[in-house]
Amino acid sequence: MDVRVVNLRRMVTSTKSMAAGTAVKPMTADAAEELAAHEFASIVESHRPQIFRFLLASLRDVDLAETLTQECFLKAHRNWKHFRGDSSAMTWLMRIAINLQKDHWRNRRLQFWRHTQSNAVDVDEASDWLPNGERNAEQQILAREQVKQVWKAVEGLSQRQRTVFLLRYVEERELSEIARATGLSEGTVKAHLSRALGRVRAELRGKR
Amino acid sequence: MSGKDKLAGEIDDPMVAGALKHFKASVDAWSEAAYSRPRTADRTVRHTWRLAAGWALGCLLAAGSLAGTLYQRHVRQESARIEATRAAIKAAQQKAAVEHRATVQLVTATIATRRQPTAVKRAANENEDLLATVNSDVSRQVPAAMEPLAQMMESTGAN
Repeated sequence: MDVRVVNLRRMVTSTKSMAAGTAVKPMTADAAEELAAHEFASIVESHRPQIFRFLLASLRDVDLAETLTQECFLKAHRNWKHFRGDSSAMTWLMRIAINLQKDHWRNRRLQFWRHTQSNAVDVDEASDWLPNGERNAEQQILAREQVKQVWKAVEGLSQRQRTVFLLRYVEERELSEIARATGLSEGTVKAHLSRALGRVRAELRGKR
Repeated sequence: MSGKDKLAGEIDDPMVAGALKHFKASVDAWSEAAYSRPRTADRTVRHTWRLAAGWALGCLLAAGSLAGTLYQRHVRQESARIEATRAAIKAAQQKAAVEHRATVQLVTATIATRRQPTAVKRAANENEDLLATVNSDVSRQVPAAMEPLAQMMESTGAN
């Protein structure tokens, strides 16, 4: 869907008209802007929940995740005309979100006093969220315990490992996409994933 | 091969796979709940009277603090002036007292100086009187044996 939407802009003045065998009628600036705005609105609508979910899982702070999601789309809107469509819009947005997250952590390191003002929920609270499904009470408790252990393992990961881990196992992105979004090579992504999984495994087996 | 299939393939441990599945479900549920929660936005209504009251209060406070400062300064100046006046009065009083004392001493000395000749004169008169009294007394008490001599002297003198 991403690629379709993105390419729409390029196709609209060339391919479509040519395919129809009609003369190319140049678009006016207003019409092009309107189309771009429409495209961007559909991008926001389709990708906003995923960006928010990724940021929420990374930060465990609903308000901060919302703020950074807003910033992400604001930044995307400002740079929308520079987006060449080399990768999918989702990958591009994810890259912006990762950079914003990095900036946030960098700023927070400098302003250490903000730590006390953080609204981040702890691991226990984050583990409370589980869909009921068809499980019985015992299975639910077990599932909650496992979720808690995964959160603990994720908490102990480095920022890069955590990003790669969440993109892979929460967002279910391809390794190539993760590599593009993080700016790492696929090999490095695999290495980070392997380490993160090892940590999760160790946490689940109670080895840590 | 889809992403999910690959995921299943790269995790051979069913416990880890199950835990990751629950983890994803948990994050999805949390994210969905947080995303679709009702958002409240505070509507900021600007009340003109509140704005005016705020300004009035601000101006009042500013004027009050200014007036307080000025009053404090005035009181300080006034007290300094009163202190200076008191000091000047005290100095004048001291000066007057010193002058008075000096005048009194001068007058006393003058009076003393003026009174001195009279006293000397009076003392001299008193001495003369006393001497005259003594003389007359002595002259009256001439022994009887000397009476003829006295008569002779008196007659000599009469001649």
